[in-house]
Amino acid sequence: MSDIENRRFVPRDRNWHPAPHTPGYKTSVARSPRQALVSLLKPTLSELSGPDFQNLRMGPHDNDLLLNFREDPQHSGLPIGERIMMHGRVIDQFGKPIPHTLVEMWQANAGGRYRHKKDQYLAPLDPGFGGVGRCLTDEQGWYRFRTIRPGPYPWPNDINSWRPAHIHVSVMGPSISTRLITQMYFEGDPLIPLCPIVQTLRDPEAVATMVGRLDMAHSRTMDCLTYRFDLVVRGELQTWFENQG
Amino acid sequence: MQQPNAQPMADGVLRETASQTAGPYVHIGLALDIAGLPPREQEIWNRLAGDQAEGERIEVIGRVIDGNGDTVRDALLEAWQADASGEYQPRFDSDAPFNSFGRTAATVENDGEWQFLTIKPGAVTLGNGRQMAPHINLTVFARGINIHLNTRLYFEDESEANAGCPVFNAIESPTRRQTLLARRESDSGDGVERYRFDIRLQGEGETVFFDF
Ligand SMILES: [Fe+3]
Repeated sequence: MSDIENRRFVPRDRNWHPAPHTPGYKTSVARSPRQALVSLLKPTLSELSGPDFQNLRMGPHDNDLLLNFREDPQHSGLPIGERIMMHGRVIDQFGKPIPHTLVEMWQANAGGRYRHKKDQYLAPLDPGFGGVGRCLTDEQGWYRFRTIRPGPYPWPNDINSWRPAHIHVSVMGPSISTRLITQMYFEGDPLIPLCPIVQTLRDPEAVATMVGRLDMAHSRTMDCLTYRFDLVVRGELQTWFENQG
Repeated sequence: MQQPNAQPMADGVLRETASQTAGPYVHIGLALDIAGLPPREQEIWNRLAGDQAEGERIEVIGRVIDGNGDTVRDALLEAWQADASGEYQPRFDSDAPFNSFGRTAATVENDGEWQFLTIKPGAVTLGNGRQMAPHINLTVFARGINIHLNTRLYFEDESEANAGCPVFNAIESPTRRQTLLARRESDSGDGVERYRFDIRLQGEGETVFFDF
């Protein structure tokens, strides 16, 4: 039996994560299953393995949103907005760092507008800003992005719903069982408790796992503020080798 | 050490970071071409098998359909599958003939259809000697989906293997098992077998989603 098949992860607490059906977030109503999930009591090699992106070739600025997009390389300058760094560690539920795992992020510009064909918001596009980043964590599980703080934006849900400033974050972890997409919010943003998407979570402590904290110690003098945002993925349990020998 | 935004459980084990929807603009981050952004040096996309890959070349297409019967036009899918000999190839390598991992997205231009270009996976042999029928693990993300959904695509023309697959048979309802079968459509013209796999998020014919 391969080692991977002996792997076990802490079960995902589905009461901690948002429920699929959350009527306050209207789009979820028609997009949430009604049947119960089928629980795989014995996960197989398929669920216990996952992709490794150490050979994915990346550009030198893939994690630097201040430099990785210019609509017009001759004339577009640095992006408009508050320069920030966002960094943190990918760890598992036992605090073990997850090295060399892929972290991807995307966000709106300082005005709250996404560089996406479908975004029609009034705020202008920024010729110096694309809004996408990716990197692999280092040996200790650290990742880092340089970017600008995104703006809040309105969206059609309730009559006057606004998304708090946020950065979408995607992490793979050691297997497809640890796959996770979340959003980082900014400490102190008064829009956080008003947001129907944040409110899909029932537990305020679950919301707290998505709030990036101002990290003055790592802020750069005369350059940028830094936010610390750790990503915790499902913990890998120590296994009993029952059938050893 | 307590992490800044990590919440401990009573027994000191940290809580997983909570999930949030990938939202309507997921393409900016994970499917740049669909958002209208220029490609980076290498992208992760929907061709899992190149011309040199071993195995039967197939095309898998489908739609994600919501509880009203309407096509979800902003879904993003991830695939994880074994190679033709039933082995996973975890190390992603754009130059390799086959990769076990890929991504695709429904697009408005394609009327909400997504597509993977791959090979038919082999049966995966488990440590206890049992075999899982050929399958592709699929993960679904979209606006309105608060936490991604995990499913498996099986092949309708593998009925014998499906009947012996421990996971396929872990689904109690035989009726619901049918929701995991990709239907053979037709040859796409160049000798590539085409399978259709529609994912129904809710209601009649709702696709089986797994927790693992
Ligand atoms: Fe957003």
